[in-house]
Amino acid sequence: MLQGWIQIVLTLLILVAITPFFGRYMARVFQEQRTILDPILNPVERFLYSLVGVRAKEDMTGWQYARAILYCNVVMGVLIFSIIMFQQFLPLNPTGIPAPTWDTALHTTISFITNTNQQHYSGETYLSYASQMWGLGYHMFTSAATGLAVGIAFIRGLTGRPLGNFYVDLIRAITRVLLPISIVGAIVLIAAGVPETLAGPAIVPTLEDPAISQAIARGPVAHFEIIKNLGENGGGFFAINSAHPFENPNGLTNLITLVSILSIPTSLIYTYGIFANNIKQAWLVYSIPFVILVGFIIITAIGEYNGNPAVNALLGVDQAPNLEGKEVRFGWAQSALFAVITTASMCGAVNSLHDSFMPNGGFSTLSNLFLQIVFGGQGTGTAYLFAYLILAVFITGLMVGRTPEFLGRKIEKREVVLASFLILLVHPIAILIPGAIALAFPDQLAGISNPGFHGLSQVIYEYASAAANNGSGFEGLGDSQPSPIAIAGGATTSATALWWNLSTCFSLLAGRYVPIAALLLLADSMARKQPVPATTGTLRTDTGLFTGVTIGVILILGALEFFPVLALGPIAEAFQIARGIG
Amino acid sequence: MSFAREASRAVRSTLVLWVLTAIIYPFVMIGIGQLVFPFQANGSIITNTQGQPVGSALIGQPFTSDRYFNSRPSTTSYSTADPKKDESKVLQTGVSGASNLAPSNPALIDRIKGKADPDPEKAIEGDIPRLQKADVKPTADLVYTSGSSLDPHITPEGARAQISRVAKARGLQPNQLEDLIKQNTDGRSLGIFGEPGVNALKLNLALDALKPT
Repeated sequence: MLQGWIQIVLTLLILVAITPFFGRYMARVFQEQRTILDPILNPVERFLYSLVGVRAKEDMTGWQYARAILYCNVVMGVLIFSIIMFQQFLPLNPTGIPAPTWDTALHTTISFITNTNQQHYSGETYLSYASQMWGLGYHMFTSAATGLAVGIAFIRGLTGRPLGNFYVDLIRAITRVLLPISIVGAIVLIAAGVPETLAGPAIVPTLEDPAISQAIARGPVAHFEIIKNLGENGGGFFAINSAHPFENPNGLTNLITLVSILSIPTSLIYTYGIFANNIKQAWLVYSIPFVILVGFIIITAIGEYNGNPAVNALLGVDQAPNLEGKEVRFGWAQSALFAVITTASMCGAVNSLHDSFMPNGGFSTLSNLFLQIVFGGQGTGTAYLFAYLILAVFITGLMVGRTPEFLGRKIEKREVVLASFLILLVHPIAILIPGAIALAFPDQLAGISNPGFHGLSQVIYEYASAAANNGSGFEGLGDSQPSPIAIAGGATTSATALWWNLSTCFSLLAGRYVPIAALLLLADSMARKQPVPATTGTLRTDTGLFTGVTIGVILILGALEFFPVLALGPIAEAFQIARGIG
Repeated sequence: MSFAREASRAVRSTLVLWVLTAIIYPFVMIGIGQLVFPFQANGSIITNTQGQPVGSALIGQPFTSDRYFNSRPSTTSYSTADPKKDESKVLQTGVSGASNLAPSNPALIDRIKGKADPDPEKAIEGDIPRLQKADVKPTADLVYTSGSSLDPHITPEGARAQISRVAKARGLQPNQLEDLIKQNTDGRSLGIFGEPGVNALKLNLALDALKPT
C-alpha cells in the first residue's frame, strides 16, 4: 500500500517541480522574448506567417479573436470530416475499413475540434491510419493550440495588455510548445515500446492452440500518443486508449503520460504570475486546484485499494484491489491517479475503465468534470479559474462593503455578468437538460448498460464529459454505432447511438464556443479599463484568506448545482454497495 | 476585416498547419522509429527459434489449460479467433475492449461467482469456481477482467498460485517454476512506478523451452 502512495506523491512532486520552468518558458514564448529555439524557429515562423497572411504585430479585439477561432475551426472541421468519410478511397488503410456512419463521423469531428475526443468509435475497427494521422492527429495539435491561445489571450487581457493575434498565437503554440515536446516525447515513447509503423496488424498463431490466431493491431501510435496527452486531447489510437499495452506499455510511459497531461494547465498559472508580475499570487491560485486534486486522488485511491466488498467476500479476503477494467502493470495506485488527473485536466485518456471504478472514483471524476477548474482544460481551465476569482472578488467585495477590484481594475456589472454566465449557466444547461431528456426515455435513447444508480451516472457522465470537453466516459453506455466493417457485414445501426452522437454534439459545442467567446469578451473588457491605484482600502487578492474564500466560492457555486446528481449517482451507489449487491 | 480576407486566412492556416503537423511530423517520426528502434516501432514482435512470429512481448495471449500459467480473463479473448470461423472479423483489424461492468452490477458478481441455470446456455461457470476446480487459489487479477483485454501480465501472487498445478501437469519441480517466474517478472519502472507483473506469454514460452509437452 505504501508503495502505491509513494508513486502518487512522487508524480505530483514532479509536476510541481517542472511548473516554474515550463511556465516561464511559455511566458517568454507568448511575450515574444528570446528563447533557446529562436535560431531555428524564427525563420520558420516568418515563413508560416507569410503563408497564412498575418503580421505578428496585428492585435485583435476580443470579438475579432473569437471570430477568427470560429472561422478557422469550421474550415478545419470540414477537412477532418471529409477525410473520415472518404477514408476508403484514401491511402494508408491496411485493414480496408469503409466509411463509418455519418453521425459517427460528425460526432468524432466535432469532438476533436473542441479538444474533447469522446470515443464513440474504436480506433482499430472504425478508422484508417490516414484518418488517425491526417484527421484526428491534426486536430490534436490545432484544438490544443486553440485552447492555449485562448488562455494566453485571457491572461493578456486580465493583466491589461492587448489580446494579441489569434493566428500568431496558434502558430507559436504549435511551433514552440506542442511540436518540440511532441518530437522528443514520441521518440522516448517509441524506445519504451510504443509502435510507430505503417504496417497492418500482425497475425500470429497462439502458443496454446496454434489453430487459433491472434491479431495484434498496431500503427503509427507513438507520435499520436504524445500529442494526445500533451494537448489534453485524450482520443486513443486504440479503442481502449491508454490501457492498451501499445499506447502505454509500462510505468515509465504512464509517468510520461501523466506529466504531459497536467504540465500545460499547471504551468500556465505560473505563466500568469509572470505576466501579472506577481509570482506569489500565482502560487496561491495554483494551490486552489492542487488541494482539490489531492483530495480527489485520496478519495479515489482508497476506494480502488479497498476494492469491491462483494468480490472480496467471494475471494475470502478483507481487502483486494478492484482490478476490474485495470491492468496489472498499473494496479490500484496508478489507475486511480490517472483517472483523477485525466478528468481534472480535461484530457480524457484512460488507463483503466472508469465505469468499473468504485463509487469513490465515480464521485471524484464526475466532480472534476462539473468543476472544470481542477487545473482544467488546455488554456481554458486557467481562464475559468480566474473567472471564479473574479466572482470571489465580487462576493467578498459585497461582504466587506468595498468596491470589488482585481489587479487594479474595477469589477463591474459587465464582468460579473460574463463570469457568472460562464460558470453558472452554460455548464448545467449543456449537461442537465439533455441528460434529463435521455433519462426520460431510458430504452429508446439512453442505452444504459449498468442497472440502478450507476445508470444515472453513466448518462450524466457522458454529457458532463462532452460539455467540459474532457472525452472520457462510462464506456458501457450504448453510444457507439456498429463498426463500418460490421455494417458492411449486415449489422443494423443503433438508435441510441444516433441520439448520443447528435445530442452530445450540442453539449460539445455549447461547452466549447460559448465559454471561449465569453472569456475573450471578459478579457477584452478588463484590458480596456483604466487601472486604479491600490490604496489601503483595496481588497488584496494575493493572500491566504482570499484564496480560502475562493475555494469556498468554487465549491459552493460549482458543486452545489450538481450535488443532486452526485447524491443520486455515485453516493447512492456507495450506499447500495455497502448494503450488499442484489 | 472583410469576410473574404478572414475566410482566406482560415483556409490558409488550416492547410499550412495540416502539412506541418499531419504530414511532416508523423512521417519524420515513422522514419526515426523504423530506423532507430525497428523492434519497438513494429510492435515488439517476438519470434521462436525458427524465426516465426509467436506474439508480442507487450500483448497477452489466452492461456486456459493446466499445462500453462493461465492469463487473466479477457472480454475479447486477447483479440483472437479461429481463422476458419471469424464472423466478427476480429482478425481483419485486431480489437481491444473491456467489460465496463459497474461494481454494483449483479452481472459482475454472477460472472465471478458463477450462476446455476436449468438452461445450460444461460448457466455461468464463474471465475472463482473455474480456478478452484483447477486447484488455484483465486487472486484479484485472475478473477477481474483487464482494462485492455490484452493485459500481458498476471501478478506474482497470481503466478505463484498456479505453480503446483503447472508442476503437476508438466512433471516439473515447483522451485524450477519459481525461478522461471522471477526471470519473467517485469519490475516497476525505475524501481518506483507501476506494479510488478509476470509476463504470461514469455513465462509460458520459457516453460515450453524448459520442458516441451
